[in-house]
Amino acid sequence: MRTIQYSDITDAVRSMCIEAAYVLPDDVLARIKEARAAEPFHRAQGILDDIIENARIASSKRIPICQDTGTAVFFVEMGEGVRIDGGGLLDAVNEGVRRGYTDGYLRSSVVNDPIFDRINTGGNAPAVTHVDLVAGDKLSITLLPKGAGCENMSALAMLKPSEGSAGVAKFVCDAVIRAGGNTCPPVIVGVGVGGTADAVCALAKKALLRPVGVHNGDGRYAQIERYLIKEINASGVGPQGLGGMHTALWVAVEYMPCHIASMPVAVCMNCHAARRASVEL
Amino acid sequence: MQSKPPIKLTFPLANKEMLAPLRAGDRIRLSGTVYTARDAAHKRFMTLLEKGRPLPVKLENQALYYCGPTPPTKTSVIGSAGPTTSSRMDIYTPDILRKTGLAAMIGKGDRGPAVIEAIKECGAVYMAAIGGAGALISSRIKSSQIICYEELGTEAVYKFEVESLPLIVAIDSKGNDLYELGPKEYLWS
Repeated sequence: MRTIQYSDITDAVRSMCIEAAYVLPDDVLARIKEARAAEPFHRAQGILDDIIENARIASSKRIPICQDTGTAVFFVEMGEGVRIDGGGLLDAVNEGVRRGYTDGYLRSSVVNDPIFDRINTGGNAPAVTHVDLVAGDKLSITLLPKGAGCENMSALAMLKPSEGSAGVAKFVCDAVIRAGGNTCPPVIVGVGVGGTADAVCALAKKALLRPVGVHNGDGRYAQIERYLIKEINASGVGPQGLGGMHTALWVAVEYMPCHIASMPVAVCMNCHAARRASVEL
Repeated sequence: MQSKPPIKLTFPLANKEMLAPLRAGDRIRLSGTVYTARDAAHKRFMTLLEKGRPLPVKLENQALYYCGPTPPTKTSVIGSAGPTTSSRMDIYTPDILRKTGLAAMIGKGDRGPAVIEAIKECGAVYMAAIGGAGALISSRIKSSQIICYEELGTEAVYKFEVESLPLIVAIDSKGNDLYELGPKEYLWS
């Protein structure tokens, strides 16, 4: 058994929350700059220029990239040989979130009750935390601060297996195009296929963690990704939904086994401020 | 196609007729005062309007900005302050436009048919700020003050004094809708 201190987890989570809010990942920023260079439409060029300038101001002047610093969504891989000393994993993560969002001057956007009270919890906790138990004695934590504008446009379909890749592609394209400017395009599109209704939604979100520019290792799924990027960008929706070549910066499709009678598909989009951070303890 | 140079506007306006020449797609540099309000503040405004009571801010000829900023640091005026999704306010907007004389709304994303109808009827405009450009927008905010509903946290009503806020006319006073027209303009160009 390897022992990890509770306080080391809260410290790491606190730092990740702050850094993710201020600094756009290199791969995302590089892709936005490529999009700007290739964008032929005047309005979209201006918007992409402002988005690039925004990233510069955010990191240099330490102002959050976006005021919606998100729901803090975590994907944790916990080695079976890890023991936490001083408290539980979820408590450590939530305490780290509270400290990070408070110390980093980030927005507390979480309310306690979805229908009735809707009272802000302060400190943006609790986070949404997915935990996988894996072999080994490491603890790896990845944060995806997820803004609501794009999260609200998420979509799930339980397709028939006979609908195949064409059915998947049509559902994904429709969801992205129908969302228009609400997702803050140009977006990164995460797609999950397979599993069950609950598992496929988490898989679509997890697809957003893959670095921009990296295709699925299975060539058939990579082919679907290439097709989707082309089709989505042929829509003309464009940056902010106001027209242009770049509606999607990237599409990542992940799959998992599923029931003989099922073909679940989920779409989870991330705005151009596609923030994330990782740490391994 | 080249775009026209940006048009300068200062809020509050002397009158809404000044908005009539604006067209969907025009770039704007807005200076002066804007008031923030999101879902919770809109809901409270509506309750007051339904009771025939005055609002805590006079919205005639003003601009309402759909924004919930991050908090300021010890040395800054305000934190990140980009727009939120406007369509969540659609249920309140027609009444607010008709009953308060509000001139302009600033947000992101498209609006429903009832909002577009009310915009035409009232000679108002809806302008898009760039969603996700909260740091850039923050750098154009020169002062910030909470006017009311402080207990709502980020959803309180703030008064911002802004300088050269970059916006795009998304729905003009004739009802032209850039979310409809913009993609077509690109595809046909």
